[in-house]
Amino acid sequence: QETCGLRILVPVKRVIDYAIKPRINKAKTGVETTGVKHSLNPFDELSVEEAVRLRDRKDSPLKVENILALSAGGPKTPDVLRTAMAMGADRAFHVDAPDSGLEPLTVAKMLKEVVSRENINLVLLGKQAIDGDQGQTGQMLAGLLGWPQATQASKVDIKDAEGTVEVTHEVDGGVETLRAKLPMVITTDLRLNEPRYATLPNIMKAKKKPLEKKTLADFGVEDKRRLKTLKVTEPEARQGGGKVEDVDGLIGKLKELGAL
Amino acid sequence: LARLLSTLAVLEQRDGKLQNSSLSAIAAAQKLGGPVTAFVAGKGVKGTSAAEAAKIKGLDKVVSVDNEAYEKGLPENYAPLLVENIKKGEYTHIIAGHSAFGKSLLPRVAALLDVQQVSDITGIESEDTFVRPIYAGNAILTVQSTDPTKVITVRGTAFQGVETEGGSAEIVEGVDPNTPAQTEWVSEELAKSERPDLATASRVVSGGRGLKSKEEFDRVIVPLADTLGAAIGASRAAVDSGFADNSLQVGQTGKNVAPQLYLCAGISGAIQHLAGMKDSKVIAAINKDADAPIFQVADVGLVGDLFEKVPELTEKLKSQA
Repeated sequence: QETCGLRILVPVKRVIDYAIKPRINKAKTGVETTGVKHSLNPFDELSVEEAVRLRDRKDSPLKVENILALSAGGPKTPDVLRTAMAMGADRAFHVDAPDSGLEPLTVAKMLKEVVSRENINLVLLGKQAIDGDQGQTGQMLAGLLGWPQATQASKVDIKDAEGTVEVTHEVDGGVETLRAKLPMVITTDLRLNEPRYATLPNIMKAKKKPLEKKTLADFGVEDKRRLKTLKVTEPEARQGGGKVEDVDGLIGKLKELGAL
Repeated sequence: LARLLSTLAVLEQRDGKLQNSSLSAIAAAQKLGGPVTAFVAGKGVKGTSAAEAAKIKGLDKVVSVDNEAYEKGLPENYAPLLVENIKKGEYTHIIAGHSAFGKSLLPRVAALLDVQQVSDITGIESEDTFVRPIYAGNAILTVQSTDPTKVITVRGTAFQGVETEGGSAEIVEGVDPNTPAQTEWVSEELAKSERPDLATASRVVSGGRGLKSKEEFDRVIVPLADTLGAAIGASRAAVDSGFADNSLQVGQTGKNVAPQLYLCAGISGAIQHLAGMKDSKVIAAINKDADAPIFQVADVGLVGDLFEKVPELTEKLKSQA
């Protein structure tokens, strides 16, 4: 395996903005997406940021050769790819796909092909997309590639020119540190970094960076669905029980409710 | 012809002890109906966690693989191990808890089996139809899997009630492909705590950005949690600001809790946070902003300065105990 530099793939997803409360559509088949503000999935911001920081690290034993951002989705997908490029990605692929989103296994199969064609040796993904909340794609990709994986990373450290990577990642009750050799798949968690804002000059520059349109067929995959949505419904509404005047009132009410 | 339903519950163990996510996996497996086999691997597990699992009521058998290589649950060697045992046992359903272990391992297993996993389910409608929250719990999806093998992770708070005594399942030797691990486990740092586990505690006291600093968080929240014998939780804002450890985060991107009592102070109630706690039996909130969204879900709310109200509450509960 030739290392000599980092060739990073950062898959990103366009999702309903995290601050917006989604509404179920009338047909009860999904949530309403038209006219709703969308953004780059917050965890994907972390992975783009980490890729850019790997390049900025002056003492790094491995230089970043290239950062490729990729997203699959409908006609508005280039918006999030431009954001990723304004943050520092060098180029982007927009894979034409339905706005309803591909299943993680399909995405993983597509990414596997991208990795081999683009000679990628590090894939940085968010730990989950905040729409489907599935948290699968990175692990599936690592499995298909037979590569080491580190999920929910809070620290990534390139140790040497041979491509040894140490990753500290979130586990239940604390953190764990793993060591592996490139090529590798890493998924990002909140504490990894604080993503930068895309500045206006960088947004302008990003417009000139190469964005290639691709299709699923280019990567030899089909949009085959294994999961069938039967319905999407509102969660059971919770009714607030009103307020009390003081601490005694609070204790009284909690006793009444059997919570104390 | 449909194969008869048969489920493999993947157990999580640490130092020979079964973890809570294991019991949720078994609870969900039992809900499916059909025989349930448990799987456990690690260092010397036959005499420890496998024996513990064998006592769980209603298990068909326990497949165990005694090998130190699997002790840390590294997906690179654990996934091929599971795949071999799944193929040998011809299970129709593979279930693990949606813990860090299950989240990291099962999608890799699913990909190796060419199956689209169903993550973090909260309900089982039938052998192929499952219920799961999406969009931070703001929508509930009912989904049918058409894959021949169902690979599933389950939300711990939604599947409980396994009887840990009274069973006498046979412990059988699993197959061990001895796939080398590509990652090396270096170290871990776990928050040492005498407190109940956040994900399964019956009471949770949680603090948010309103606590202002780590010192204040510790000074105000910890004594109340001690008095109530509660686990401590935190909002993402409190974690991001460094007031509390990330492992205490409650919400879409942290832990999901459903205790008897969720008492929170200085938490406004962003949708991301509500996703992780709105299935609590009783929610109580103290916040100085009367319009905070948390009051829309709280069974009892107190508008006031938490730096006064929480210590007063702690003192009054102490004197009544």
